Amino acid sequence: MAKAMTRHDAQLLPLTFTLNGRVQELDVEPHELLLDVVRDRLGLTGAKRSCDVQVCGACTLLVDGRPVSACTTLAFEIRGCSVLTIEGLAEKNGKLHPLQEAFIEHGGFQCGFCTPGMILAAKALLDENAAPSEAELKHFMHGNICRCTGYKKIIESIMAAAKKMRGNA
Amino acid sequence: MLRRFRLEEPESVADASELLGRFGESAKVYAGGTELLLAMKEGLVQYERLINVKRVKGLSEIVAADGMIRFGALCTHHELEKSSLLQQKLPSLHKLEQNVANVRVRQSGTLGGNLCFAEPHADPGTLLMALGAKLVAEKSSGKREIAAEDFFVDAYETSLQADELLTEIRVPAPTDHSRSAYLKFGYLERPSVGVAVAFNMNGGGLSEVKIAVGCAGPAPRRVPEAEMLLNGKSREEAERNLAQAGAVAGRESQAITDLHGSQDYKEHIVGVLLKRAFQSAVS
Repeated sequence: MAKAMTRHDAQLLPLTFTLNGRVQELDVEPHELLLDVVRDRLGLTGAKRSCDVQVCGACTLLVDGRPVSACTTLAFEIRGCSVLTIEGLAEKNGKLHPLQEAFIEHGGFQCGFCTPGMILAAKALLDENAAPSEAELKHFMHGNICRCTGYKKIIESIMAAAKKMRGNA
Repeated sequence: MLRRFRLEEPESVADASELLGRFGESAKVYAGGTELLLAMKEGLVQYERLINVKRVKGLSEIVAADGMIRFGALCTHHELEKSSLLQQKLPSLHKLEQNVANVRVRQSGTLGGNLCFAEPHADPGTLLMALGAKLVAEKSSGKREIAAEDFFVDAYETSLQADELLTEIRVPAPTDHSRSAYLKFGYLERPSVGVAVAFNMNGGGLSEVKIAVGCAGPAPRRVPEAEMLLNGKSREEAERNLAQAGAVAGRESQAITDLHGSQDYKEHIVGVLLKRAFQSAVS
């Protein structure tokens, strides 16, 4: 049986990464989770803890452009990486990302709890596939759960944003 | 909430094996963490040390060589689903990888970690068994090959020795006559039943039929009596025997009643999936 470790045994790992375009340097312990570091230590609460088992997608963050569950990612793993949270998605002048605009325009949320994860997952999808079919969209997004809507408006929002982003390219 | 642990980051298989030997059961290999961290958060397991093996070089390759398709154990499901080599050579495994859990799990989770954690409701081990895969176990003093069907001992238990690492998965390269398919069904996050079938179809006859069933019982397993009902048969004979083979495979699957379904239900689903997997493989 492993003996319980105390603060006395703390192993500190230097961590440098980019958060929403800004370099962050801090020390983390091996067991610290990315979600706790981002929410509690860096104060960005857009990503939500919900299922805590990588099923619901509410804690989705993009690490080097790919979606991860921050609830089950050890913080030290993002050394040298670029992390995007929902707080970093809009342009610096406050102009919303086309996905954010589309979610508002098409009513892609009700309570909004799942929305940061939905939008970031959708961004990862559109970055690799600018014109997904509805089947491809559903396959990619199936790990993001919304308990308010019937997903129809979420799908409409992402499709509308995709169209707009293709037009802007 | 994760409890404190210490982190080791070896850069070679030998160093990782040495650490495993030195720290024994108080340490655990950590790769993608998609299953291990969940068990640790729940407090189901606790380790003083995690040994992060992702700094060991050369364990993420996907190559075709010596009549084998070889995957490094650290390949993530995402790397596998994006591999054109895999899509071309082993479309059944490629499709399986596209459908593991969800996009975030596929991003972090590794094939080797999936196999070593030996969670009963997992996909890859079942198909790898039917494909005749060999798993390479390595430690400081040497390496050995373990047939996929000898790898899984029980739920969460493999035949790896305490200081061995799974480093590579080797699947025989398919020929023009190779056919295979994997199908799963479930209504929870993980599958209730997975069925894999692989065989050679030459001049209308079936040979080297391998059928494996996963998720139903504590570990994936081959179902040899069901295989015998299809092996050496013409396609038409095999199709006539499918229902019987499905029923036999269900009984041989050692299905147990759990959250994912009753024993009877799972045995029934094994039969349904075998039929569909066979049809998908021949079409």
